[in-house]
Amino acid sequence: MKCDADCDWGEEASIFFSYIEDNKVIKVNLCKYCANEKGVNDPTGYSLIDLMQGMGKETTSGKESKARELTCAYCGFTQSDFKKTGRFGCAKCYEVFSEGLEGLLEAMHKNTEHIGKVPSFAYIAPAVSKAETPVLPDSFVEAPDDAIPVKTEELVDIPTGSISLMTLKEKLGAAISAEDYEEAARLRDEIARLESSDFGNS
Amino acid sequence: MRFSTLLKNPAEWMRTSGPRNDIVITSRVRLARNLRNHPFPGWAESAARTKVMNIIRPVLEDLDEMKNAFSEEMVDLTAIEKQVLVERHLVSREHAAKGPGCATVMNRSQTISIMVNEEDHLRMQSIRPGLQLLSAFKSLNTIDTDLDKHLDYAFDTRYGYLTACPTNLGTGMRASAMLHLPGLVLSEQINGTIQGANRIGLAVRGLYGEGTEALANLFQISNQTTLGTSEEDVIKHLGKVIDRVIENEQNARLKMIEDKPAMMQDQIGRAFATLKFAHIIPSKEALNCLSMIRLGCDLGFFPEEDREMINILLTEIQPAHLQISAKRKLTPEERDNLRADIVRSKLKALTPPDFGSILKKSENKNDEEV
Repeated sequence: MKCDADCDWGEEASIFFSYIEDNKVIKVNLCKYCANEKGVNDPTGYSLIDLMQGMGKETTSGKESKARELTCAYCGFTQSDFKKTGRFGCAKCYEVFSEGLEGLLEAMHKNTEHIGKVPSFAYIAPAVSKAETPVLPDSFVEAPDDAIPVKTEELVDIPTGSISLMTLKEKLGAAISAEDYEEAARLRDEIARLESSDFGNS
Repeated sequence: MRFSTLLKNPAEWMRTSGPRNDIVITSRVRLARNLRNHPFPGWAESAARTKVMNIIRPVLEDLDEMKNAFSEEMVDLTAIEKQVLVERHLVSREHAAKGPGCATVMNRSQTISIMVNEEDHLRMQSIRPGLQLLSAFKSLNTIDTDLDKHLDYAFDTRYGYLTACPTNLGTGMRASAMLHLPGLVLSEQINGTIQGANRIGLAVRGLYGEGTEALANLFQISNQTTLGTSEEDVIKHLGKVIDRVIENEQNARLKMIEDKPAMMQDQIGRAFATLKFAHIIPSKEALNCLSMIRLGCDLGFFPEEDREMINILLTEIQPAHLQISAKRKLTPEERDNLRADIVRSKLKALTPPDFGSILKKSENKNDEEV
């Protein structure tokens, strides 16, 4: 049987599936290469499988249950939307659906905390209080190529690329605002230790 | 830059060579970024997507790197034009299928291409010939740092860059290399290599097809995780693994020349004959034959300069490239025919493989055994 994808592989169709669209059953026959290209075998891709599973879920969950479901207030994305697509609706969804996210991330990644590049604005984030956070003037944008722009006095001593120290400071800010003073004290000591050692300069 | 200009010039990675080009065809790095206060493209309505595109596109076009860039909204390209971009690895298959509000911006040398509103608001890619992961990353990183001054990125101190799919969370970086591994495939060591890489958190995929079925013996190796390891460490780790794979591939090739010289000569000789004389050739057969000719170049059976021609052919025999060169839509049968014509004409000057001195030693040994 020929592959329906109008392809050049010269392979017989070996993957067959049907789905329902507008009350019509649509049958598709693909060769293994096209099936692979179209992500039919790939559960994580944008795929026909996603589409089909999504359709299945919609009918089983129904509209009534949707009303009671956890929903992102910013973009209207729901928990079952995530189950369907494996993707979130907007950046805020990460806060809204934070419960259970940790386990998911643990399964996916090495770690559940970011290490690596940080955008320029994040350097001025929680460690400094909001009131002091300066708005970057236009001239700042033109500044000669400082690899990582550091604006505030308080942060000038932080060496370029010292992400771990940066992360600790951010955590400290977060701990203080969450009034978790025990954690804050621990972080403060950790930061002091790092800053006095060579670690901070690496 | 117009589409026709882009088309006339093969991408820089096809024309120039890079370190370890015998085994590593290209190195690619991509970064995923999103804007803070806008829904992700997959969830956004068409109007919201267009709004995001209108914020991002002018900023991209203003980049130094993007002087005289190619910049198009996907709906303004024909199906075949979009397919050409896919075949050149400049946009993803998913992006090519997108509707209004999705755009692609790329520089003249086709080394940097940026998809607007693919799965994330921004998907930026840097591609280089040979093994150059770090320099691919650095050039992309500079662009990202520039963009960061003008765009309000979605970033979380704990989770890093926020992406539509949690598998990209953190650095949003995927680094990958396209490797040509005929030695490991012919010696049946490829599955072991794939499993080994998987165990240490790397993904290996056939460029077309999977596992030993991979066509043209082309494989892509990339990092799987993005959260909890810095960009540099991911690239260092990946680079080390690639060095090992290169070493294994070279050993496999040498061992085959020694143990099975007749099989090697047969495979390369048949590929030569097929490509030189076929008048109807499907993609699968053409890709596999080209892979054998490339191996022949690496082993000195063909002049090394011919490798570049093979790189170009790997792209030019793909369906959309064929139809662009024919200036009309072709049926699969017509494409198989045109493909054979193009291959024959491009390889006109290719002389038969010179197995000569390289195989002599092992042949003598075999003769004695007989």
